[in-house]
Amino acid sequence: MPARAPAVRLADDVRTGRRSAREIADAALAAIVADDPGVGAFTLVTEDLARRQADAVDRAVAEGRDPGPMAGVPVGLKDNLCTRGIPTTCSSRILAGWRPPYDATVVERLRGAGAVVVGKTNMDEFAMGSSTETSATGPTRNPHDPLRVPGGSSGGSAASVAAGFVPVALGSDTGGSVRQPAALCGVVGLKPTYGTVSRYGLVAFASSLDQIGPLTTTVADAALVYDVIGGHDPLDSTSLERPHPRVADVLDDGVAGLTVGVVTELVDAAAADVAGSVAAAAEALAAAGARVEDVSIPETRLGLSAYYLIAPGEASSNLARYDGVRYGLRVAAPDTTAMNVATRTAGFGDEVKRRIMLGTYVLSAGYVDAYYNQALRARTRMIAAFDAAYARFDALIGPTSPTTAFPLGSKIDDPMAMYRNDVCTIPSNLTGQPAVSIPFGAGADGLPVGVQVLGPSLEEATVLRMAAVLEAAAPPGTPPVPVGASSTGGAVR
Amino acid sequence: MADRPRLGREDVAHVAALARLSLSDAELDHFTEQLAQVLDHAEDVASLDLSGVAPTAHALALTNVVRDDVPVPSLDRDEVLAAAPEVEDHRFRVPPILGEAP
Repeated sequence: MPARAPAVRLADDVRTGRRSAREIADAALAAIVADDPGVGAFTLVTEDLARRQADAVDRAVAEGRDPGPMAGVPVGLKDNLCTRGIPTTCSSRILAGWRPPYDATVVERLRGAGAVVVGKTNMDEFAMGSSTETSATGPTRNPHDPLRVPGGSSGGSAASVAAGFVPVALGSDTGGSVRQPAALCGVVGLKPTYGTVSRYGLVAFASSLDQIGPLTTTVADAALVYDVIGGHDPLDSTSLERPHPRVADVLDDGVAGLTVGVVTELVDAAAADVAGSVAAAAEALAAAGARVEDVSIPETRLGLSAYYLIAPGEASSNLARYDGVRYGLRVAAPDTTAMNVATRTAGFGDEVKRRIMLGTYVLSAGYVDAYYNQALRARTRMIAAFDAAYARFDALIGPTSPTTAFPLGSKIDDPMAMYRNDVCTIPSNLTGQPAVSIPFGAGADGLPVGVQVLGPSLEEATVLRMAAVLEAAAPPGTPPVPVGASSTGGAVR
Repeated sequence: MADRPRLGREDVAHVAALARLSLSDAELDHFTEQLAQVLDHAEDVASLDLSGVAPTAHALALTNVVRDDVPVPSLDRDEVLAAAPEVEDHRFRVPPILGEAP
């Protein structure tokens, strides 16, 4: 039986000796081995590490030491999070087999809290994509329908939770890469405020936008993980030096008296069935005592273009490091420049090449002011617009993704169509503010719909309180996927 | 749309060279059209009058962060070098540069 129980309950069982961490880890590993071939959520199963970590937790319990708030909780890690001595590939040929010499800070904190790492999860190459189809090792399938994408770029993490392999996975969110796959797979996904979770050991895509966040089955689990992984880290110079108050304690505070804005432009970007879920969520919040109003923030319309100028610009700079010299792939050539070219040409997939070239172009002399700097000015406009909205509202809601999960292969050859999936999630990355996606009902096709709660900086407690109310009010539209159902999908690779 | 010329094949060839990527003729055609479409969409931002608006490179008000000047262990040299494609005498080895003999 896999870990369908929430992390909060598993940790409680382990801490009180009702179940052993080893027994939970073995069950999770067995479920992955049996059923993941039909999903493709994991690129690597870390059986030895998982059993070692589980045994350490069980020893702590036996010896009366505190095993930590996530004792024995199996977790999946997106494969752009560095794990010492364990391959970390970003689902790219250029990093195939790379074993980092250090752990990401979030990995250390999970281990310190007693969590058990069962594997690395599939992703769009270097987190560039919205469907997990740009992975060099092949796509992940949506556990709700094996012919549909799981979203991306943290599609493996979302699918690993939706399929019941793990109660918790970590992803990274640069333009929606935690929230959008969470929505498409029917799980909870939190993008924290920029700077609250250390990026040390997260392979960089767009450094001013990247943020690590949890994917879970419940809001309480998202809060638990955020409490564990958040807080200042001297190894990340953008990490905020401030107290990291526990958010798990305020989840039951309700929304009575809060004012909530429904963002017109985000709703207008969504299909009718998704917009219907947002309207139902607004009603649920009003029924729970919130004051709910529509609000127009026209600047959100600038987000898509601004993001697809800024993020590629940063990516083109960050990915210059893959040159075949210090780590990863090297393709032999007579001189170093030719080696650099041969290595990068063979090592990167098409989407990564597109973004590197786009970023190089918008940063190049003659175009930097028209494109990149202009996008940074639009970013200023967007931040001002959201600040003005948050002067009137405690939080905002909207759809997470314009549609439910789309068919595999349907957008992969049309970059602009793929990029439009991010239109509702991008604003929170440009502003650095927190947002959570919560499953709320089903679309016309019966697939999960995610509703997004957006809040001002450092107001994770507010967005998670609202998410908890929505969780309790959610219609029974998306039953959990029975484990094994995915095996009808056939092997992914 | 502003009077900027649409992104062309020679622009993509130029940035590919800058980015150390080699493209076939077919890829050059394919990528040129795809990237031009993204830039066409970006005209909604590029064509705005945002003069007087300060650019925001980062959502946080960043300042330089320096730690105390205290020696701490760094990464293990052998562990770092173990990940390199080619190593000689505890250093990264690369093919010839600047036309020198190997």
